[in-house]
Amino acid sequence: MRIDCKHVWDHISAYIDGEVDAGLRADIDRHLETCEICSAVLDSTRNVVVLVADDRVFELPAGFSERLHARLDKELELAGP
Amino acid sequence: MTASNPEFEADCIRRILAGEKHLFHDLIRPCERSIYFMLLSLLGSEAEAEDAAQETAIKVYLNLHHFRGDSQFRTWVLSIARNEGLGRLRKTGTRREDSLDAEIDEQTGDYTPAILTSWREIPSETLERKELGALLRKAIEGIPEIYRNVVLLRDIEEMDVRETAAALGITEGAVKVRLHRARALLQRDLVPRLKGFAPKRKGLFGWGA
Repeated sequence: MRIDCKHVWDHISAYIDGEVDAGLRADIDRHLETCEICSAVLDSTRNVVVLVADDRVFELPAGFSERLHARLDKELELAGP
Repeated sequence: MTASNPEFEADCIRRILAGEKHLFHDLIRPCERSIYFMLLSLLGSEAEAEDAAQETAIKVYLNLHHFRGDSQFRTWVLSIARNEGLGRLRKTGTRREDSLDAEIDEQTGDYTPAILTSWREIPSETLERKELGALLRKAIEGIPEIYRNVVLLRDIEEMDVRETAAALGITEGAVKVRLHRARALLQRDLVPRLKGFAPKRKGLFGWGA
């Protein structure tokens, strides 16, 4: 089936996650072969997903873990299990 | 994210409840990041999120005997973190306004992506540049809370759809819809700006000039 760009955009997230069924995937793949715009949208969306997943983007504040465990040590001493 | 290990967790919990309290440090450590970022997403302040994260960890410890193992340990921990965060928002009456608007807005689709054929490859080497991290964080902070939570758990903490749904108390369908919307919002916001992060040397990552 021939599908339009809007249809591809509506399923782009599921496509990236491998959650579209085989028929739709084939339709999208066929569309992507000839549509430069949708290919670019797909690549850039996938890039955004990869970038936000990078641990260097979201780091815990310096000393977070040390402060948490120091506080837990105090509480563990006070509390019974 | 650290992958969960149910056997390790079950063994740990049993021993902690039997008196080996110090093992709680090992049990909670793999969940620290998720707890913090979930609270940061809810509360919007680093100091508040850190304080709430500490309270969450203490509540997890004090309620450990209630954990039944019918959900993943981290899912259970995150639901405690979420209640802690929501409790604080209720107390101060400062629920972020965007979340109220966004709760009504559950429709799917209907967006126009940023169309830039020149930004196709991942600028992984440029990630080291601090500005890029700041740009991404700011973009995520800028989307409504209901989308931000889902991106945070699915794409940042890499939890699966089921676990994300359980932690947020929503359906798996809602997770998928919100994730789609969130990624679309981020793509539209980020792509025109990330273009500036293309490396100088033309062609290295397949970028045009």
